[in-house]
Amino acid sequence: MTRFFALIGAASFSALAFLGRLSFFAFDSLRHIVTPPFYGRAFGTALIQIGFLSLPVVGLTALFTGGALALQIYAGGARFSAEAAVPQIVAIGMVRELGPVLVGLMVAARVTSSIAAEIATMKVTEQIDALITLSTNPMKYLTAPRVLAATLVTPFLVAVGDTIGIMGGYIIGTERLGFASAAYLQNTVDFLEAKDIASSLVKGAVFGFIAALMGCFFGMNSDRGAMGVGRATKSAVVAASVLILAANFVLTEAFFSA
Amino acid sequence: MIHLSNVHKSFGSAAVLQGVTLDIEQGQSLVLIGASGSGKSVLLKCILGLETPDSGTITVDGKPANPPQFLDRFGMLFQGAALFDSLPVWENVAFRALQTGQERPMAKKRAIEKLDRVGLSAKVADQFPSDLSGGMRKRAGLARAIFSDPDIIFFDEPTTGLDPIRANTINTLIRGVVDEIGATTLTITHDLTSVDAIADKVAMLKDGKIIWQGVPDELRASSNPDVDAFVTGRAAP
Repeated sequence: MTRFFALIGAASFSALAFLGRLSFFAFDSLRHIVTPPFYGRAFGTALIQIGFLSLPVVGLTALFTGGALALQIYAGGARFSAEAAVPQIVAIGMVRELGPVLVGLMVAARVTSSIAAEIATMKVTEQIDALITLSTNPMKYLTAPRVLAATLVTPFLVAVGDTIGIMGGYIIGTERLGFASAAYLQNTVDFLEAKDIASSLVKGAVFGFIAALMGCFFGMNSDRGAMGVGRATKSAVVAASVLILAANFVLTEAFFSA
Repeated sequence: MIHLSNVHKSFGSAAVLQGVTLDIEQGQSLVLIGASGSGKSVLLKCILGLETPDSGTITVDGKPANPPQFLDRFGMLFQGAALFDSLPVWENVAFRALQTGQERPMAKKRAIEKLDRVGLSAKVADQFPSDLSGGMRKRAGLARAIFSDPDIIFFDEPTTGLDPIRANTINTLIRGVVDEIGATTLTITHDLTSVDAIADKVAMLKDGKIIWQGVPDELRASSNPDVDAFVTGRAAP
């Protein structure tokens, strides 16, 4: 029995220590974002890699999800004669929830894994040590540009995802479900509020921050060897995904609680 | 001059350095030898500030080695060269200059000069590290280490993984550039050929302590059983 409680205690302390390290890392990242020197080229590269190169996967994910959502709402709505609500529910569903969450998870899958693997490999091959010996702070050179770029560019990805998702619903609505094109678009525009769009973009920024931060944190703290790199990558993606979903709940509560 | 006095470093219960005291004179090339796991790399990392000693002092020219200030005087060739994969070779070589705001054309010109100094052609400048062989990466790493004509250069296993001909080339290059710059150097190696080619002075580390120091000619004649075992490759009695 004592052993059982000892295990729980050890796990709790371990979790708290992890949260402490993560919080310190996040604070340190923010500090390096706002204090010089700034690495413009590294920031520009991160913008392209995180933002521009994520557009295809974000677009495809949103397109198929918007289309599937329209089909589901139409089929489900038919049970209580609410088929006409497809444009409004697709719009609100994509903008408030599915758009930011799916983009966040896609960024976690594509960007977090890439950042974690790259930085962990740099650590294993002594490139991080080399940065230090070349008078360059790894947090400033590797972490700050990536975290800033992800935080700034993910809202744009979310905006693109929202738009393409709504268009996916529109295509299915007009081509398969018999909605009139103009009426579908009018309903979509009329039903969305500024607050819906604001929440979507804020979620994008928070999810982008989490995705990049997790990649950097687990990359910087990876163990040596190929297994260490693999473990860091896996842990980064899992942690980013879980935190994104948790943050989504908190932000939804903050924006839309009655 | 680099002075280490009674430096200790442990990782958990493993005492890696147990009171290392060592002097490297100005302009001297000291080669540190020792078996794997003897603490050589940890000692190097302590000097560079990549690890913090538990106790003891490390000074450079009489002042505590405070990495942020001293790193600009240091050059370092890592075992695997540690070139940045995402940057072309010339940006690796000129990394420090680029970070301190030097114009890119001028930095590239200087990088190509340094690459030429280590026997790499200008064509290599625009290639990425993954395009280079192990020997070429070491040379590019050497070019980066000497880029800013540092006072002090560290070499971590400079010939490991190279065939004897390329190892000899690297040794010759190191000796040549060190003589040219007049730098103080610390080289970590298992390679006795490197000792003969590079060293003004040799020190041997065992179990976290310096157990022998002398000039290269004395190394093979040493009566110390650990030194004899290292030189001959036979287990110590």
